[in-house]
Formats: sequence, C-alpha cells, structure tokens
Amino acid sequence: MTAIAMPAPDQSVIARRREILSALQAIVPGEGVIHDEREMRAYETDALTAYRQLPLIVVLPETVEQVSRVLKYCHDNDVKVVPRGAGTSLSGGALPLEDGVLLSMMKFNQVLDIDYDNRSVVVQPGVTNLGITRAVEGEGFYYAPDPSSQIACSIGGNIAENSGGVHCLKYGLTTNNVLGLEMVLINGEVIRLGGKHLDSEGYDLLALMTGSEGLLGVVTEVTVRILQKPETARALLIGFPTSEDGGRCVADIIAAGIIPGGMEMMDKPAIHAAEDFVHAGYPRDVEALLIVELDGPEGEVDYLIGRVEEIAKANKARHLRVSESEEERMTFWAGRKAAFPAVGRISPDYLCMDGTIPRRELPKVLARMRELADKHGLRVANVFHAGDGNLHPLILYDANKPGELDAAEAFGADILRLCVEVGGVLTGEHGVGIEKRDLMTDMFSEADLKQQQRVKCAFDDKHLLNPGKVFPVLHRCAELGKMHVHKGQLPFPDIPRF
Amino acid sequence: MDATLKPRSAEDVEEAVRWAAAETQPLEILGQGSKRALGRPIQAAHVLDLSGLAGIESYEPAELVLTVKAGTPIAEVEKLVDDNGQELSFEPMDYGPLFGKAPGRGTIGGVLAVNLSGPRRIKAGAARDHVLGMEAVSGRGELFKSGGKVVKNVTGYDLPRTLCGSYGTLAVATSVTLKVNPKPETSVTFVLNGLDDQDGIQALCEAMGSSAEVSGAAHLPGWGDSDKSRTVLRLEGFKSSVDYRMKSLADRLGAYGTSHQLDRDESQKLWTGIKNLEDFAARNTPVWRISVAPTAGPQLVARLKTAFELDALYDWSGGLVWLSCTDGDIHQAKVRNAVEAVGGGHATLVRADPSVRSEAAVFQPQPSPLAALSRRLKEQFDPKGVLNPGRMVTGL
Repeated sequence: MTAIAMPAPDQSVIARRREILSALQAIVPGEGVIHDEREMRAYETDALTAYRQLPLIVVLPETVEQVSRVLKYCHDNDVKVVPRGAGTSLSGGALPLEDGVLLSMMKFNQVLDIDYDNRSVVVQPGVTNLGITRAVEGEGFYYAPDPSSQIACSIGGNIAENSGGVHCLKYGLTTNNVLGLEMVLINGEVIRLGGKHLDSEGYDLLALMTGSEGLLGVVTEVTVRILQKPETARALLIGFPTSEDGGRCVADIIAAGIIPGGMEMMDKPAIHAAEDFVHAGYPRDVEALLIVELDGPEGEVDYLIGRVEEIAKANKARHLRVSESEEERMTFWAGRKAAFPAVGRISPDYLCMDGTIPRRELPKVLARMRELADKHGLRVANVFHAGDGNLHPLILYDANKPGELDAAEAFGADILRLCVEVGGVLTGEHGVGIEKRDLMTDMFSEADLKQQQRVKCAFDDKHLLNPGKVFPVLHRCAELGKMHVHKGQLPFPDIPRF
Repeated sequence: MDATLKPRSAEDVEEAVRWAAAETQPLEILGQGSKRALGRPIQAAHVLDLSGLAGIESYEPAELVLTVKAGTPIAEVEKLVDDNGQELSFEPMDYGPLFGKAPGRGTIGGVLAVNLSGPRRIKAGAARDHVLGMEAVSGRGELFKSGGKVVKNVTGYDLPRTLCGSYGTLAVATSVTLKVNPKPETSVTFVLNGLDDQDGIQALCEAMGSSAEVSGAAHLPGWGDSDKSRTVLRLEGFKSSVDYRMKSLADRLGAYGTSHQLDRDESQKLWTGIKNLEDFAARNTPVWRISVAPTAGPQLVARLKTAFELDALYDWSGGLVWLSCTDGDIHQAKVRNAVEAVGGGHATLVRADPSVRSEAAVFQPQPSPLAALSRRLKEQFDPKGVLNPGRMVTGL
C-alpha cells in the first residue's frame, strides 16, 4: 500500500472470520460465498490498481432478500461491508477492507421491464451501462449517460458514482436520467424511491443516493429513462495554434446557443500519443485539438455544422475538417477514445486524474500544470470534456522506479488543488473514493464535511457501509449529533420587524 | 413574542437559526410568501423572512453558471438570463394565479424549496436537475456549502439536489448556483383536435418516443365535450430544425385526426396557461397534483370519474395529472387508492382550505421504513425541529 491509508482493521472481526463465514453461507448458498484466497484475488482491487487489499469474505447474493439478510447480519454483528459492481471505479470506490465483507452485485444482471410508451427501463444493478442500450436499440432507443467504461461498468456502479460521459453536457449525468431505485439499508430494510413517474415524493433521496459512492445503501433495482436515438450525428475536427484559441472557440459555440452532443479537447502530448497509436489523421502542429459532435435531426445538424465552422474560423482554427460519413466521424473519435491506451503505450504506468474547472481558466490551468510537471519531474497529457470543464490529466510514471508513484500522486494532488483554487472541484465524474479522500479538506470546510457525515448517520450510524471512502476523518455519529447551544437574545434586535 | 426576522446576510441567518434552536422556537421560512398556501399550514411563532437576502452573486453566461442569493425574486433571475439569451430550462410554474394572487412573485429559494418545474420538465428536468451548488444554514444554525460552481461535479453527497423539494424543513438556503441554458431561437406547437383522453395520451407518448425532441406534451380535455379537446406538442430550437421536426411530427401523427399549428406568440400564450394552470385558477375547487407513469394518467382519471365529479388536465405526456374536484370535497382515500391501483406515483393536495390541509395528508404518505429514514434525515439537519415544522408531515 502506498500513501493513502485505510482505517486500521478491527482484529476482533478478523478473529471471528469463521463464524461470519458460516453465517453468510447460511444466507447465500453454494458458490455465492467465496473465501478461498486465490479466488478472492479477483476482488482485491478495482480500476485504481495501485491499491490492493484482500477482503475478509466475498458474497455474491442473487436475491433482494439475501442482500437484506446479509446486510442485517453485518449490521447486527458490526461487520463492515464494501459494495461492488463491475469494479471499474477509477477512484478506489470498491477497494476491499481486510475486516470487511465484499458484497458483489454482479449476479443481479437481468433486464426486468422495457416500457417504450413510458420511455423507461427497469434493470437489476449488475446490468452494464451498455447492456441497457443494447436491450432497447432495436426500437431505436438508448440510455444517454455513456462513461468510457460503459461496456463493462454496471448501472448500480453508475448510480454510486453519478457517472457522466462524453454526452452529459447535452443529456445530463446519471442523476438526470434515473427515475427510480430499490435499495437495501445496512439494517436490512428495503426501500423504494421513485418509479416510472417523475419527481420524488418527500425528500429527494434519489438525488442523495446518486453519487453516494456506496456509503448509504445497496441498490438492488434501477429504473432509468431512455431516449430515442438522434437521427444523425456529425463531427468537426478543429486544430488551434494555442489552447486560448481553442478555449475561446468553445465559449463562442455555447454563446451562440449551441449545446453540442459532445465537445472534447486534447493537448499536444495527448494528440501526439493518440495519433502515433491509431493514425486518426490528427494534425501534429497544433497545441489544442477540438472534436465537436452535433447530433439531432438532420436539418438541424447540417445547419449547426455550418455555424460551428464559422466560429472555428473566427477563432484562428489552423486545421478544420467536417465528417462527411459515419466512418469519418468514427475516425475523428478513434484517437480520443484511444487516448488512455495510447498514453499507456508511451509510459509504463499512468494516473488518470479528474477535476473540473470553470472553462475560462483553461489556459491558466494548462500553463500551471506544465510548471507542476517540471516541479515533479513527470510528463502529463490532457484530455478534456471541453463543454463542461471536466479535465482528465494523464500523469505518466513508472511504478518500477522508486518514488515515482509517490511523485505522480503528489503531482495529481497538486493538480486537483489547482482546480479547486481556480473555482472548480476535485472530481467531475470519477468520484472521491480513496483517491481524493484526503483532499476533501481543500474543497470543504469542517462544517461542510460534518453536515455531509450527518447525512451518513441517518442511513448508517455505525459507519459500516464502505468506510474509509470519501471522508478523510470519520466522526462518530454521537459526536456529530452534539449541539453547542448558546442561549441568548433574539438576534439582531436593530433590524426592523414587521 | 411573534417576530419577523429579516436577515441581510448568511451570517444573520446563522444567528437567527442558532437562536431558534437554542430556544426551541420554530421558524416559518419565507421568501415572498407566494407559496405559503402550499403544503400543510404551520404554527410557528416567528417568521424568517429571506426577501432581504437578494442579489446576483456571479453570472457567467459562457460557463452556463449563475449564482444568486436565495431571496432573489424569480422574476429578476428570469429577466437576467433572458437578457443574455438564456433561460432556466425547468420553466418553473407560477402558483400565483391558482392561489388567487398576483402572478410573477416568489424567490429562487422558494422555487427550489418546492422543486418547481413546468411543461419542459419532461425534456429538461425539474429545478433539482439544474441545481449545481448551495450554501445553506442547517437547523443547527451552521452554514455549510455543498456542490460547486461548475456544471460537472460529483465531489461529496449531492446535498443541493436533496434539499430541493424539502419545503425548507432541512436547511435554509442562502445562496444557490444554477445551470442555465441557451434560450431556443423559436417555439411552435402542433395541435391535434378532438381526441379523447386515451387517444390523446397515446399520441403524446408516441411523439415523446420519436426523435422530434418534444419539449412540451399536454392534453387538454374538452370537459364534457371531447370534440373541443386539444392535444398539444411543443417544439423548440433553431428555426430550421423546428420546421424539419414539425413536418416529421405532423407526418407521424397525422392519422390521429385533424390538426393545426400555433405560431410562436400563440404557442407561448398556450404554454404559459398550461404551466400556471390558468384553467383552474378562476374556480374555487380543491386541486390535486398527481405524478404517475404517462400511460397511467388516463387510467387514473377514468377510475376516479366513476367515483366523483372532476375535471382533469394532463401535462408531461400524461404523467402529470391536475385534478379539480368539482364538488368541493378532496376525496383523499379515493385519490390515493387510484394512484396505487394504476402502478404508483404520488399525489399532492395543492389547493384546499387551510383547515382541510391541516387534517389531510397533503403529501403522499410513505411506507414506514422510508418515513423513518426521512425522519432520521430531518433529525440530522434540524435536531430541534425549528425549520418549518409540520410543513410536509406532522413531526417533520
């Protein structure tokens, strides 16, 4: 393990392993409980592979009742639980605990109901993001949020992380596309929120659950909204002499009232890495490359392509191509989509960061990032969801060189602090997990974090669900509930009262 | 000791709530009071009047981000973004006419507190979908911030969205950050004439499932004369795109019957009327607002019509049903049972005498584990129960 420390394991729980195992086997029969070290290896990490930990036991329930009984058992016996979907978290959200049960939801893999009239689909949480689209695309529908891991990531995990993707500026994040949930609380209670109807009754717990990183409950069923696929999509590939020109072009497109389906930017190191890898025809002599995709009815897309072309030219575009076929559009995207593996080719390891900044700050942030790269002695390549200001700096390092992982992590932390400093946030779509946990105090005050943790206390007052994630310091709920009462006069008596 | 506290800063709000918590003195949280008749009437000795906490903090049209103080009049916010070619896409409805009050009142804080939206809800989302960040004072009298000032952010729990629709019972917002969107270049409406409820909703659902990008889908029954019913679909965007989509929509729905189109001005007038429920404003009847799956809307109404006399309006492709109870009774049990019978959803009694709203369950009753969880959440934000106590449910 490296820099990020997990809570010290409770040895008394580890000592009870055999007893816990037989209790879980009584709830989930057969191969649904894994305790062999070799088999548990598959669960020791997620997509933040620098961190690994074998869980106490792995459980794969198949029914809501089993989930409920597992959680209730763990609650009654003070055993921690780490929920896991497909294990594609980039922030370590599914990192196991030595003294915790790993609860895999991947046996919940059924599409339960497709309702085209009401444009909704009900699925179990282990269905993949792309699996939802696959189930409805025959009728011309799709599920809009498309994180780049969509072929593998589960919809349950998408709820936990409030996943985004390339198209979220126009179509929203997970939170804007989920209609309902069934979930199990740590005490075993089953709760349903929303459904095929819109908006919540009472407090909007659907909003609270989405992006809660597995700390509040375990999702057992999801209802999502589906959309008719846009009639067509075309893309422009635009190269700029400076990142300032590219940034201004993005701002001008939005100022013209155009919200593109996708708008992605890459900096020079990312352009070169991608071009060397997939030969997409990207220009090498530009500092910033922008892919703008317009989707919708044909009449609209053709019109908007013309508008964006004009805006690009007015912003000193040095290179400008418009896709004339579906094949060409896919080629434009090929380099961007291969950016991560392309960087993986030129460096033994890389860290993928995920901060969001106000777009106007882009040139400043890129310049500062170059200074930071020099300071830490590492290289960085940037891909950027340009429409919404979500940066993905890829920090290149070699884990076999002593100290380089530490340097890369320190560089990453500096980048995220920079995002916060310019008015942005620590994470746009990958989640806090363990990766950004210790940076939360750079963005939030103690009062902010304490109120967040009080929310946790309403769901899980023993801190048994996914502890060690998101919050740098775990306060006991009893301590968080204390109030310092100041008796006194009616405030500001000088203010006129009506 | 009835008092109105009128804070001028977030610190003032903190001080006021801290005092209320220390003395266990409940506060009624108020902006302009335009939605005071919504929810259960509350008995609080003191009013926390946020109308003085107003003003634009920052607005970056190119970033699509707006930060305003919570007491800022909604009319002022809408004018500001309109002047910059942008809009609040959730199109908040104005309850003024329904409550017999002047239109155009209310604050942005109030809009978020009840999670208002309008016909565009089906395409663009509700108020909560456009909230990016919030600063608020909990019932503990502590100022906290959550969310951010950028359009994409997953750092920490999404408290800003959670606080939307909480009717001021969890925290008092002092500053809110919203996502704004470009205003469409034009807006037109396609009208199908003379459809009954069933066919009308079917036409709406078919249009919503097409690629026409419909941004308003309502069915206005003829109320006794179905020949006079209108099934209306709004298309917005760039003119060339709207023309193109209008043609494909007309081709697709032509078989449903006679149709015509409304131009921009007629269209705007129609949708303002639908949004603000103007047809029910002049009556003095109890009104329910019911959210169900779109195809369940006409089933719900048909079921209730066998039980009592009512008039209904459908928005959100049939999923939002407004019921006017013609005989003056609220028929609570029948409404709740019918919602359950057609597949579930929620019904809110939005207009009724205060004495009726005190007795009835104004909001959808919750199963006990969910109700208990809501209570625990309330306790974590407002342990002394000083913020709008009882506004949603007794004891919440």
